[in-house]
Amino acid sequence: MSLLDKPVRLGPNGRPVRPFVMPASFTGKLNVWRYLLMRRGLQIGILLLFLGTVRAGWEIAGRPVLSGNLSSSELFGLVPMADPFAVLQIMLTGNLPLREVLLGAALILAIYGLLGARTWCAWVCPVNMVTDLAAWLRRRLGITDMFHLSRNIRYIVLALTLILSVFTGVAAFEWISPIGMLHRELIFGIGLGWTAVLGVFLFDLFVLRNGWCGHLCPLGAFYAIVGRLAQVRVRFDTPTCTHCGECARVCPEPQVLNLRDAATHGMIASGECSNCGRCITVCPEDTLHFDLRHHIDVAQHPVNPEHHQRRAA
Amino acid sequence: MNGQTKISRRNFFARLGQGAALAASGGLVWLYLLKQQARASPYAIRPPGARDEADFHARCIKCGQCVDACPYDTLALATADDAIPIGTPWFAPRDVPCYMCADIPCVAACPTGALDPALDNINDARMGLAVIDIENCLSWQGLRCEVCYRECPLQEKAITIEHHPRRVSKHAMFVPLVHSNACTGCGICEKACPTEMAAIRVLHPELVQGQIGEHYRLGWTIDTPISQDFKAGDGVTETDRPATGLDYLNEGTP
Repeated sequence: MSLLDKPVRLGPNGRPVRPFVMPASFTGKLNVWRYLLMRRGLQIGILLLFLGTVRAGWEIAGRPVLSGNLSSSELFGLVPMADPFAVLQIMLTGNLPLREVLLGAALILAIYGLLGARTWCAWVCPVNMVTDLAAWLRRRLGITDMFHLSRNIRYIVLALTLILSVFTGVAAFEWISPIGMLHRELIFGIGLGWTAVLGVFLFDLFVLRNGWCGHLCPLGAFYAIVGRLAQVRVRFDTPTCTHCGECARVCPEPQVLNLRDAATHGMIASGECSNCGRCITVCPEDTLHFDLRHHIDVAQHPVNPEHHQRRAA
Repeated sequence: MNGQTKISRRNFFARLGQGAALAASGGLVWLYLLKQQARASPYAIRPPGARDEADFHARCIKCGQCVDACPYDTLALATADDAIPIGTPWFAPRDVPCYMCADIPCVAACPTGALDPALDNINDARMGLAVIDIENCLSWQGLRCEVCYRECPLQEKAITIEHHPRRVSKHAMFVPLVHSNACTGCGICEKACPTEMAAIRVLHPELVQGQIGEHYRLGWTIDTPISQDFKAGDGVTETDRPATGLDYLNEGTP
């Protein structure tokens, strides 16, 4: 054994730390990209259903497939769906909307409450495609942040949205939302909304990593709060983790990958996790998996003695 | 140790102050944007049943289900380059007017009630008010145009033809007259008007409609039939009638 050999770094579990290596084979790559491809399929598919319904009049058994947009919609002319955050803002203006939209908002809240609320952000929101592109380019080009900004700013923006809705009598975020501008104009016709989306893209690319989705967006903040008890979570199997850090490198919300917290809860518990699944596919140790919260029994992962002491006490 | 907590407490309050200042400054800019946008065009022509502009703004969720529901592609959602609050539905009657569907599908589709579901008869809709530019209206030039009158879905109610008798060296004229108590603002007249730029236009009533004021007591209106029994003061009931001068002057005297 030569002294020039790099010493093998060992993880806290005593196993050697291995880097993530992108598989050479196409099927291997597809496997790494599986959640990415599913997310893009869902994001684009939903937009296509809206577009086909309003532009081409898509119908099944005489019923419009999906009319409206991501603010409020109707599936087959029967099932109402609505953005609960938009409905909350409308209610704060002092107006009680019709039962239809209240039911729709309740349905969406229940769906995301179960799925993991910020699942919206990674799997449905069209701005995610823009900001993911910016994040990918920024990694490629090696662009660094212009300044540091607390990720908690979004909760201030959330509070402002609610306060301004009360005082201006209009749904404050809905009037400036680049999310709304993007899906509305993709579905109902292009205007100048793309400039706002371009602004988000440039901000994310040149100014601040994950600037919009990870720091400012009040809708993401709303869902992060709503999603605290969400069912679908990323399970964390402590014994296999070598603390290699590959997951945090790809995560758009790296603060949720606090490994001590993850060991304590046996999962990524933070509501700020958007269930995008990036970490799962890059983990070289197969430590991370989607699972249901009530399946995740911390006792099955008895690694963090501190936690068990606390539990016993 | 004690010193350290003091510094961190000071830091904490400094951070709190910074956060509050950020929220306040951002909030003020945001407030300004919202107020400016809400004023962008308070006189947009809205779909039938739209509540008054402030209530409409508060309720509209900008989902476009009314646009989907409209069978004539009349409605559009305002984009960022229209001078109309962003994402809200509107229409330009000269391009495509409202054809006044009896079942009012746009109102039925509205999930928030920004379009008032209480509107059950499309003839009660008040999307705007047709206004005639008499300098450019063909009928007012003495031609027998009357296209707006012929096309009006509430012919003889919303638009009538009035006869202006011949005067020396002038044609007799048959001119259209719009009645605000029946005009829905559908804009079919504006669409049909044959002049290069429409001489009849649908505008928001607040832009054009005056108000006499309740203190005027009209003893006679244009509808009062003229008969032998006509007396000054007809149309005013006895209880409305103010006290006569003598009574008034002697009021309160024993």
